Amino acid sequence: MTAFWILAPIMVIAALGILFVRKAVHAALLLAVVMISIAVLYAVLEAPFLFAVQIIVYTGAILMLFLFVVMLVGVDASDSVVETIRGQRVLAVLAGLGLGVVLAVGLSQITLGTVVGLENANEGGNVEALANILFSRYVFAFETTSALLITAAVGAMVLAHRERLTPKARQPETAAQRMRDYAEHGKHPGPLPSPGVYARHNAVDTPALLPDGSPAPTSVSRVLTARGTVRSAPAFADDIEDVKAALAGPDGGASSGGDQSAGSGYNTENPSTSAETRESTPGGEEPEVSR
Amino acid sequence: MTDVTPYIVLSAILFTIGCVGVLTRRNAIVVFMCIELMLNSCNLALVAFAKQHGNLDGQIAAFFVMVVAAAEVVVGLAIIMTIFRTRRSASVDDASLLKY
Repeated sequence: MTAFWILAPIMVIAALGILFVRKAVHAALLLAVVMISIAVLYAVLEAPFLFAVQIIVYTGAILMLFLFVVMLVGVDASDSVVETIRGQRVLAVLAGLGLGVVLAVGLSQITLGTVVGLENANEGGNVEALANILFSRYVFAFETTSALLITAAVGAMVLAHRERLTPKARQPETAAQRMRDYAEHGKHPGPLPSPGVYARHNAVDTPALLPDGSPAPTSVSRVLTARGTVRSAPAFADDIEDVKAALAGPDGGASSGGDQSAGSGYNTENPSTSAETRESTPGGEEPEVSR
Repeated sequence: MTDVTPYIVLSAILFTIGCVGVLTRRNAIVVFMCIELMLNSCNLALVAFAKQHGNLDGQIAAFFVMVVAAAEVVVGLAIIMTIFRTRRSASVDDASLLKY
């Protein structure tokens, strides 16, 4: 019973966590905790075969399938807090409490008597005993599950299959479409700007800066923006001022050789010209060109 | 011999939590996870009763529940994927075309 009293609070807390966490991935991980705990309880309850099957089928297969679908559905899958039906949450909790009360009353009115235990039934091995029953009394149900599994596999393939209705766009069509977009909507035909290509940070979650100092929204991934993990660009714009000040100073690379000084000379020229551009065009033509 | 009543009580608690989850959560995947939680709690009760009565029919029933749950998850997740592909949303409230 020690395993039970350790695992039961963990399971209840993890199951309650599924109710309250916002992201589907966290719910899946909490469900994994519950399922592995249940597997341990199966082992305690003298069901070693179900212990193995629970870990292999539930934690190994079904939860992995859940995680794959969470990844495919993506970051927009987090739950919305807005109630579409008024008072639904309160009523749902009340209904759950009602069910709990009914179950508690029902459980309090039964007496289970003495536990027989599985020593006799498990004699000669749990797996062998299960196989004896499965292939004698339940053999028809067992064969029917094969039809069920095949139906499920075919159904999943049919549902996931997507018929191609239009011809596949090859490279000439893609290029023509890009030029058409450029002609009609003025959409830039080239690739999107790469993220964070400036002095100190080149991580993918820092947006690139336009010449007027504003962040380029197309330079970071849409997924990162949806997750809210994109760093703020104005702070890094201040960093650039720092870098420019440091480069403009006289002690640029005096201790190194000629190569280094040449490089610093190039660097000191470049920010000054860009600063002039910034002063002369305060949010004017320059962003349009670089977009 | 230990008593199996705590297992049955735990199973009832987990079933209730799963039921509330199905009723409150909006994300179809999380609703599906709560259904899995309810199935698992039923399995726990079945295995506990198998020990109580000293025969293996309860474990066989739990085994069949697992098989059916696996098939159900495969088809259900494929349906969720299809709905997400057409509607760009995994919320159960958005799929309301058949409402009226």
